[in-house]
Amino acid sequence: MSSLDDIKQTFFLECEELLEALNDGLADIEAAIPDDTFDTETINAVFRTVHSIKGGAASFGLEPIVRFSHCFETVLDLMRSGKVRPDTTNVRVLHRAADHLADLVAASRSDTPLDAAAGDALLAQLNALAGHAPQVAAPVVPIPDVTSAGPDDGDLAFLPLAIPFDFDPAGAGEPIPRTFRIEMTCSRELFANGHDPVHLFRELAALGDLTVEADLSALPDFDALDPLVCLLSWRLELLSEASEEDLREIFEFVEGLAQVRIEASSGAQDATGSQDAVEAPHELPPPPVATFDADPAARPPAPETSEADAPSTRREAKAAPGRAPKSTVRVDLDLVDSLINIVGELVINQSVLSQSLSDANVAHRSEIGGSLDEYKNLALQIQECVMSLRAQSVKQLFQRMARIVRETSEIAGKSVAFETDGEDTEIDKTVIERLIEPLTHILRNAIDHGLEAPDRRRAAGKTPTGTVRLSAGHRSGRVVIEVSDDGSGINRPKVQAIAVKKGLIAPDLQLSDNEIDRLLFLPGFSTADSVTDLSGRGVGMDVVRSEIQKLGGRVGIFSHPGKGTTFSISLPLTLAVLDGMVVDVAGQTMVVPITSVVETIRPDLSDLHMIGATSQVIKVRDALVPIVDLGMIFSYRDEPVDRARMVILLVETEQSERWGLAVDRIIDQRQVVIKSLEGNYGHVDGVAAATILGDGKIALIIDPEETARMADSGSAVASLMSAAGG
Amino acid sequence: MTLKILAIDDSRTIREMLRLCLVRAGFDVYTAEDGVDGLESLDEVDPDVVITDINMPRLDGFGVISAIRAAESRASLPILVLTTESAAELKERARRSGATGWIVKPFDDVKLVAAIRRIAAM
Repeated sequence: MSSLDDIKQTFFLECEELLEALNDGLADIEAAIPDDTFDTETINAVFRTVHSIKGGAASFGLEPIVRFSHCFETVLDLMRSGKVRPDTTNVRVLHRAADHLADLVAASRSDTPLDAAAGDALLAQLNALAGHAPQVAAPVVPIPDVTSAGPDDGDLAFLPLAIPFDFDPAGAGEPIPRTFRIEMTCSRELFANGHDPVHLFRELAALGDLTVEADLSALPDFDALDPLVCLLSWRLELLSEASEEDLREIFEFVEGLAQVRIEASSGAQDATGSQDAVEAPHELPPPPVATFDADPAARPPAPETSEADAPSTRREAKAAPGRAPKSTVRVDLDLVDSLINIVGELVINQSVLSQSLSDANVAHRSEIGGSLDEYKNLALQIQECVMSLRAQSVKQLFQRMARIVRETSEIAGKSVAFETDGEDTEIDKTVIERLIEPLTHILRNAIDHGLEAPDRRRAAGKTPTGTVRLSAGHRSGRVVIEVSDDGSGINRPKVQAIAVKKGLIAPDLQLSDNEIDRLLFLPGFSTADSVTDLSGRGVGMDVVRSEIQKLGGRVGIFSHPGKGTTFSISLPLTLAVLDGMVVDVAGQTMVVPITSVVETIRPDLSDLHMIGATSQVIKVRDALVPIVDLGMIFSYRDEPVDRARMVILLVETEQSERWGLAVDRIIDQRQVVIKSLEGNYGHVDGVAAATILGDGKIALIIDPEETARMADSGSAVASLMSAAGG
Repeated sequence: MTLKILAIDDSRTIREMLRLCLVRAGFDVYTAEDGVDGLESLDEVDPDVVITDINMPRLDGFGVISAIRAAESRASLPILVLTTESAAELKERARRSGATGWIVKPFDDVKLVAAIRRIAAM
């Protein structure tokens, strides 16, 4: 059974969804501004998201969220009723408010305090929209609620030691039982509202000795009796230590449906000396109450009231078009992860079985071989299903980026239209999380450096508003995420000059356009004339590249002068399985990720050249590529593999840096389950992870790029130069 | 006999809160995600008490109450309304639409159970 803590987690999960819906809704409203076509239900739905967050937050006493969402909601309510216009300026405030609300939720979730200043400024803006004076601002959280119940009860429920408020000080010590005389006269519609006085009486009886006397005088003959119309009244006497407040609370729900008079005697058994007659509390304006002697015709006819009400509620019902909720089950991520692990084991187990069968010379066409094939298919299907469990659409990521764009464009003073595409593309959840930083950086760069200032855009014949586009999609078994801007493109002479100035490349180096663009990825490179508040945060594009590479991805850059720049990130579909080339290196079995292998070469001896004592290069179509002997790198042997039988795996990174990895033999090409070494062992240079092969042996999965760097102590520059044809 | 309660709220958080409180108090709890969902599960659950939120997609709480009251067999089914506002105006509207009582969010379980006791046979 769930505990309150579990529900709190549910609340935060729900907040994520609500915030997503909130952002969607605001985007819809924003999109409708030019045509001035606002769908009330859209604004209503936006209102509901904020309202739901407020309601849940109040349940957990998350006061900052309640306070802020209340102001937010007030503005949305006014917008809903047409009192606040959804124009660009106002919607921008709402966007910011949504961002701040997300911050508040995140702060509550991680239990970290949030800088109040930003919130206060926004609150002031929201209040200005709502037409409040700033100091009237933040309404108090409705906890504890005193209007819905008697103060006694509320306090007693939580503070058992509290003394009842209206306790008679004269009788100090113990409460003295008093006699209450209660007269209850019901209106006809009492039953129609679902009330049954019996329940009230039973509750009264729990407070002391109760006598009940019903007045049946208003009842018609049995034939004329309508059981749904209440024509009864009662006289009650209660001897109890309870306070009047306690009694009133019991009658709270029948306020307005029944006239209740409570008389309390001050003395213990004093029945006659009735003093303070008390009307039912909070008697509501014109209460549709019938009294004993009232003319039946004067009673407000109940059906009429409900009929008058019904049409309006039906209208509302119609105005809310169906947005059928997607049926989902929430599962602990750890559980999914361990499931993935187990399925990985299953796949391995299946290949172990295959191997044993073939070792035992069991014919593949035998019955057992057939069953095993089926087993293999099922295992693969399970694996696919389980993998997709971890997949998540990039929508939330994109929304988060929309916020980055809003904030950045504001600081940079540039007008930016942000377009997204392929929000439904699904990626592994871990990958999504680790894309946040790199994408943030790329987007900030695009706005800060990519887009020109409005006047320069005008001068170039462009619209003053720049466009930044974020898209995701599947392309040949990988996920591709692109960030493009319609700015001025990369200023190549400037980039090259900076690289030379910083000593990153030789002054006379001839580079192709694309090679110049890729200089941006070199460690320590920054093109900004001044380190701005935005992108100059000590994180360079080199960090972006290495982050993406850690995910098994590649990042590319394509720029057209005057037209803009596109960053393209390509990622594997999953982090759990890898297409690998299984190779033999000095008797050891190793796996090279197939995505990084461009081609395999059995070299002609004439193409191999020695450089120095141990270094070799291979000539591949007029370019010299350094050879890295895997056996030597991992100290499996001291001498390079025999040149006559070596096989070269030509690997290439996103930067077009090329190496030849020398191995003894290619064994196989297959999908392998990735087993992290770092969790159990620690990072080993050149090794990305490990896997278990069909024969039960462990094979290391190498990280080609890191391996190459180990061989060539040189930096990316050195490799880049070799790639440049050096 | 265990009291059957149908709780209608579009917030999963509130639904789970209600479930936690009510199950602890010994009730049978059924939940629905919005007004339409709530009305659909009415026949199946045949609740002794309905608790409904007001502001919901598709069909709001007032709509739920009118629809329930419109059916003769449930003309006097006890219905509690969940509101975030304690304004008298809202209570009055709830009552006029046919609600039996109301609970102001955030609710505490003692008050919730007391409210149910006040309107239903336990």
